[in-house]
Amino acid sequence: MGMMEQFAETAVKPSEYLTFRLGNEEYGIDILKVQEIRGYDAVTRIAGAPDFLKGVINLRGVIVPIVDLRLKFQLGEVRYDEFTVVVILNVAGRIVGAVVDSVSDVLELSAEQIRVAPEFNSLLDANFITGLGTVGSEERARMLILLDIEKLMTSAEMGIVAEEETLAAA
Amino acid sequence: MGEVSNQGLQGGEFDLTQFYAVFFEEAGENLANMESLLIDIDIDAPSDEDLNAVFRVAHSIKGGAATFGFSDVTNLTHELETLLDRVRRHELTLNSSMVDVLLEAGDVVRAQLARHQGSTTDIPETSDLVGRIKLLASGAALEPRKAAPAAAPAPADLAPLPAGSRRLAVRVGPLADGKVADNLAELFRDIPSLGTIAPADGGNLDPGGFRRFVVETPSPDSELIELFSFHVAREQVFIEPYTAAAATVQVPASPAPAQDDGFGFFVDIAALPPRAAAETAAPATAATAAAPGPAAPAPARPAEAKQRADKSGAANLDSNTLRVSVERVDQLINLVGELVITQAMLTQQVKDLDPAQFRPLLGGVTDLERNTRHLQEAVMSIRMIPMSFVFNRFPRLIRDLAAKLDKKIELKMVGEATELDKGLIEKIIDPLTHLVRNSADHGLETAAKRLAAGKSETGTITLSASHQGGSILIEVRDDGAGLNRERILAKAAERGLPVRDDMTDAEVWALIWEAGFSTADTVSDVSGRGVGMDVVRRNIAALGGTAELDSVQGQGTRVCVRLPLTLAIMDGMSIGVGGETYILPLASVIESFQVEPGMIQTVGSNGRVVKVRDEYMPVVSLGEEFNVPQLASEESGKPPNEILVIIEAEGKRLAAIVDELLGQHQVVVKNLESNYRRVRDISGATILGDGHVALIIDVSSLVKRARH
Repeated sequence: MGMMEQFAETAVKPSEYLTFRLGNEEYGIDILKVQEIRGYDAVTRIAGAPDFLKGVINLRGVIVPIVDLRLKFQLGEVRYDEFTVVVILNVAGRIVGAVVDSVSDVLELSAEQIRVAPEFNSLLDANFITGLGTVGSEERARMLILLDIEKLMTSAEMGIVAEEETLAAA
Repeated sequence: MGEVSNQGLQGGEFDLTQFYAVFFEEAGENLANMESLLIDIDIDAPSDEDLNAVFRVAHSIKGGAATFGFSDVTNLTHELETLLDRVRRHELTLNSSMVDVLLEAGDVVRAQLARHQGSTTDIPETSDLVGRIKLLASGAALEPRKAAPAAAPAPADLAPLPAGSRRLAVRVGPLADGKVADNLAELFRDIPSLGTIAPADGGNLDPGGFRRFVVETPSPDSELIELFSFHVAREQVFIEPYTAAAATVQVPASPAPAQDDGFGFFVDIAALPPRAAAETAAPATAATAAAPGPAAPAPARPAEAKQRADKSGAANLDSNTLRVSVERVDQLINLVGELVITQAMLTQQVKDLDPAQFRPLLGGVTDLERNTRHLQEAVMSIRMIPMSFVFNRFPRLIRDLAAKLDKKIELKMVGEATELDKGLIEKIIDPLTHLVRNSADHGLETAAKRLAAGKSETGTITLSASHQGGSILIEVRDDGAGLNRERILAKAAERGLPVRDDMTDAEVWALIWEAGFSTADTVSDVSGRGVGMDVVRRNIAALGGTAELDSVQGQGTRVCVRLPLTLAIMDGMSIGVGGETYILPLASVIESFQVEPGMIQTVGSNGRVVKVRDEYMPVVSLGEEFNVPQLASEESGKPPNEILVIIEAEGKRLAAIVDELLGQHQVVVKNLESNYRRVRDISGATILGDGHVALIIDVSSLVKRARH
């Protein structure tokens, strides 16, 4: 097998995931959508926005909305201190920040580690889940909920993108 | 070696589309340039400089279009070039019908370019236009050829001309070495489409140091000169229509009249209208051909010298300007905005330090502040464009309107050098165009009416721009009939607007700004559909500006448009509401005062009004409007120390309750919608000195909602 073919194979699959915790659950998102990780500070509230939309921050001169995923999915203990983490995402040409409990790891998942998520009722629409991943050794296996973060952030229920834009995108 | 050829291949496959934008932009500028040149040109005595400049425009558009394969543009500009070339060589004399055709052609080229840019506008049929251009171009060009056989039949050994070709006598010199000219013959060998060339002098220099050739070619003179200039200097090439005399006369001492090149030579014929010239061509040519022409070469030389000087001037200008994309400039502005914020933060941090102990640090921070301010001003100035960018389109508009409306109109422009932000400039074009059209159509009277009113026959429209404080004032003024008070009142009553006979003039004029209002007797295709002034005012308000109208019957009308200098920076008043900070555009703040008990009265259960200087206006609590959480101190029952700020938008006022006024300062306006959606009553955001984001209140939306 030539070098080129090897490169091609790894390049095609976006198999690196940034994992973070919301309460007891562990989530994974495509690492390529992550711009940076920073602390939580000085959010300016926006009147009339849903509670999970904490407001906007100044990210080096760019006004960036901040969504608290813990509030959105009613997970974990909502606290804002020096340990609160904001994942700055680059989705659909926009910059959006997501508050999570903690960022754990960057993991590589192969296709056989990922299973299709079953149908179920939850606050998190199954549409936004690309699959369930399994990581760790046999006895200490953990489940990773793999999110389509771009779809989630630009969805109407997030209310970050104006409605006409979501319609146009759909 | 392999690498080199590989690169060459890539170059060949290079996608030209990425250069389209540059071409379109340049072509647009060139067309605008040509238009203004043509309008300003003195038809009776056009300067060589102007003619050359117009020619160069056509030439460069043609060149660009050919590169990108826009054959329709190339074809049309080619014809233009042919015509212009003959004009600039004084083979034809400029007349007003040429200017008309040239202007029309400019419009068509613009439409063609728009089409190539993806616009779906219809392209006017060009064959008629091309026909007219050709006719004009050939008007005088034909005669020498017709006349030539009469004067002296062409030698029999010359074959009949292929269709579309011209037979030319080309003189090259004075040359030190006649062999140099043989290179020209090679050109024709290399480029078969160029036609044929044959030496008319057996390959020897004549006593004046000239070589002569007979050329048969479909190409215009300009193209030949362009090609010849690879080998000999442009000013050494003289091209004229072939006549037997030019080819055969052996000149012992002074050049034959016919060889004194085209400059000024056919002026007598060409001064006549083309058709008339064609009819009288034969005798006239004979006469002028016989006239001695020693004077002709003399004026030709300075003209050429001037042309060269002009060209080098243009080249200098090019190398002194830089074409940069707006995104890059905006990026620069953003970065400087960041720097300003960082600098403000530093200044705040060090202000409590002991000056004795930290003198160098404090000095450095002061320097930083000054330098940052200068840098910001310099960077902002990059985006500033002179108003002439807008004004320059009006001479053409007025010229067309004057013809269409059969009025005599003079356009005066003042303060074209006044600079305005590029974003604003682009958005002010339409409203201003509307105002100018209105002035020309409704404002100015016909020549007859003006004379009857004791005014000069020609109406004047004055466009002026000037800086006034932090804003720019643009004025459109005409010396026409002025607004008709009775007619406006009648029209307003007809439309069901509230009118009284005792309204002041200012109140009556204000009716003009209402939607759907037009007092024009007839709807012309210039204006009068009544979809006008309200849109104008709305557009201007959207730019953060205001428009006012003033008129004196019989003396004219004046519209003043006031705009902020830039959209990116705004004078703001920061206000505290609860623990939050908001920004009000300073332009919308009228006054503010402490709330006294009993000042605010209720209407119904929840409506609140306040009486300020005999006017009742609605009261809105910004804290309630923006659901600001109550501060702990307020919950503890401490009486709120409220302040009323009177804000105004679109002439309507509102009293807003705020907790404190924090100060006035310039804020850098940031778009909230680039990463988030539109928020009600918020027009944007800015970053405060401490790095926090503050939202900018959309006063017009707030006022509109509160008053409904």
